[in-house]
Amino acid sequence: MSHTVPSPSTHASSPLDERSLHLRRLVVQALEGGGRGHIGPSLSPMEILRVLYDDVLRFRPHEPNWPERDRFILSKGHGCLAQYALLADKGFFPAEELARFCKRDSFLGGHPDAGKIPGVEASTGALGHGLSIGVGLALGARLRRSDSRVFVVMGDGESNEGSVWEAALCAGKHRLSNLTAIVDYNKLQSYGRTSEVQDMEPFGEKWRAFNFAVAEVDGHDVGALRHLFGALPLDDGKPTAIICHTVKGKGLPFAEDRADWHHKSRLSAADIAAMYDALGGRGNA
Amino acid sequence: MRKVALDMVAELAKRDERVVFLGSDLGAGTLDGMRRDHPDRFFMEGIGEANLVGMAAGLAMDGFIPYLHTIAPFFTRRAFEQIAVDLCLHNLPVRLIASGGGVVYAPLGPTHLAIEDMAAMRALPNMTVAAVCDAEEMRHLMEASLNWPGPLYIRLGKGGDPIVSDPARGFAIGRAVTVREPAEVQLMTTGVMLSRVIEAADRLAAEGIRCGILHVHTVKPLDTAAVVEAARAARVVVTVEEHIRDGGLGSAVLESLADESPGPLPRVVRLGLPDAFPAEYGSQDSMLDTFGLQPAGITDAVRRARRRN
Repeated sequence: MSHTVPSPSTHASSPLDERSLHLRRLVVQALEGGGRGHIGPSLSPMEILRVLYDDVLRFRPHEPNWPERDRFILSKGHGCLAQYALLADKGFFPAEELARFCKRDSFLGGHPDAGKIPGVEASTGALGHGLSIGVGLALGARLRRSDSRVFVVMGDGESNEGSVWEAALCAGKHRLSNLTAIVDYNKLQSYGRTSEVQDMEPFGEKWRAFNFAVAEVDGHDVGALRHLFGALPLDDGKPTAIICHTVKGKGLPFAEDRADWHHKSRLSAADIAAMYDALGGRGNA
Repeated sequence: MRKVALDMVAELAKRDERVVFLGSDLGAGTLDGMRRDHPDRFFMEGIGEANLVGMAAGLAMDGFIPYLHTIAPFFTRRAFEQIAVDLCLHNLPVRLIASGGGVVYAPLGPTHLAIEDMAAMRALPNMTVAAVCDAEEMRHLMEASLNWPGPLYIRLGKGGDPIVSDPARGFAIGRAVTVREPAEVQLMTTGVMLSRVIEAADRLAAEGIRCGILHVHTVKPLDTAAVVEAARAARVVVTVEEHIRDGGLGSAVLESLADESPGPLPRVVRLGLPDAFPAEYGSQDSMLDTFGLQPAGITDAVRRARRRN
């Protein structure tokens, strides 16, 4: 079964609505508190996580280990500020904690820690681990005869890792239709263009060859994401891969599609002010 | 020893629905019985150890107790980051059954030797490292493994190793076994080297040199109290291991004595493999002989150590 979605442009350009701006302002709260952070990689997957948490995932913020929850793994752990924003927004922890990002005694570090943060399933940060863990969780759900589902968000650069494809082989073999791999395809990795550093194209064909049902979508188009995630699994006998075309740094015009905004460690008050200006103003934070 | 370990996986799987087995690309027929009786909990996933360990982590997060099996270096070298992050950081109850501990695969060359595996595994927080001495002791380790709370590295010997353990001495993960009471010369060993150490001690006894023997089947967490107690009356402590001299049992013993010993330290001699990839093939026995780890070599080393003391 193939899933047809309007062909996304290389640089998806959907405008951001107030909820998307609000979530990005939560990210800026953390950036301001920590004085640092992975900016570009946290903003490109924001609509993916927003739609998952708002419309798709089954969870209980006050019972984070509820056995029947869906499992969400942010395999590209460096994009954790997007997940922190959603977890705070959903009430897994107080939003005030965001301002303590990377502080000595904060539970919110530069990569998500499952031992500390309610709602985080797996500690990630070393790339190429999340899909294998997701395969194990999906097999576990099958063994437990649970209908809970597993969602793994990965980076395009992360997909350079061989272990991603070991996991993909395995997911395809087991026909894990309860597993969805989502790629935040922002076309940039730390050094530069993915097409130049390590080209993953033909990306969709690779996933198809590993026995995934594959769809591509504009990763900032909330309606399209809802529609697609609502149609899962795309094939009852296969895991699904969704390639989301995104813009690194989406929402901050000065950072969009720029490799040098991958990570910043000495953010100034002026940087933070510029971010709030781009996102509707600090007063709305 | 390997057969007992795998038979016990099947036995534990019968008893406990949480037990699952994951292999890489093992020999034909491996655990056929479990595969027949519990096909849903038997996974043979091909040559991709990084994924195998990650999958096991996911299953363990879901409440299962995965037993994994492949050749030792394909765990410890190939999948080190997955072991460190997926298993140890999350402190998950995953068991790594590692064949070919030490120089079992001597004829296959350095790619297949596990000569630094204990050092690598011992360096990881939350990891438990066990090397039992024979098939009988393996049965006790596997029994104890079911409810052990965190990750566990199980180092296998070649198989057919002489039975030198004694159930009367008891078995618990993390508790060293006094095989012979402490004496002027204190031997400390791990894994299948115990049989060679016993033979060396017998030869020395015939010369009038009494040796205590402490069998440290759990290298981490080390039974520091037993090590310190055994060393208390000794003039010489000799550690014997089928592993490079750095980072394994000898290092662990030295570290614990330095940290915990109440009095002056005895002389400590570490017998093991040199800091090198062995250049020869042959067999486990011939390679152990080359590096002075057969009874004759151990006996000579003890004599030399006493003279120098």
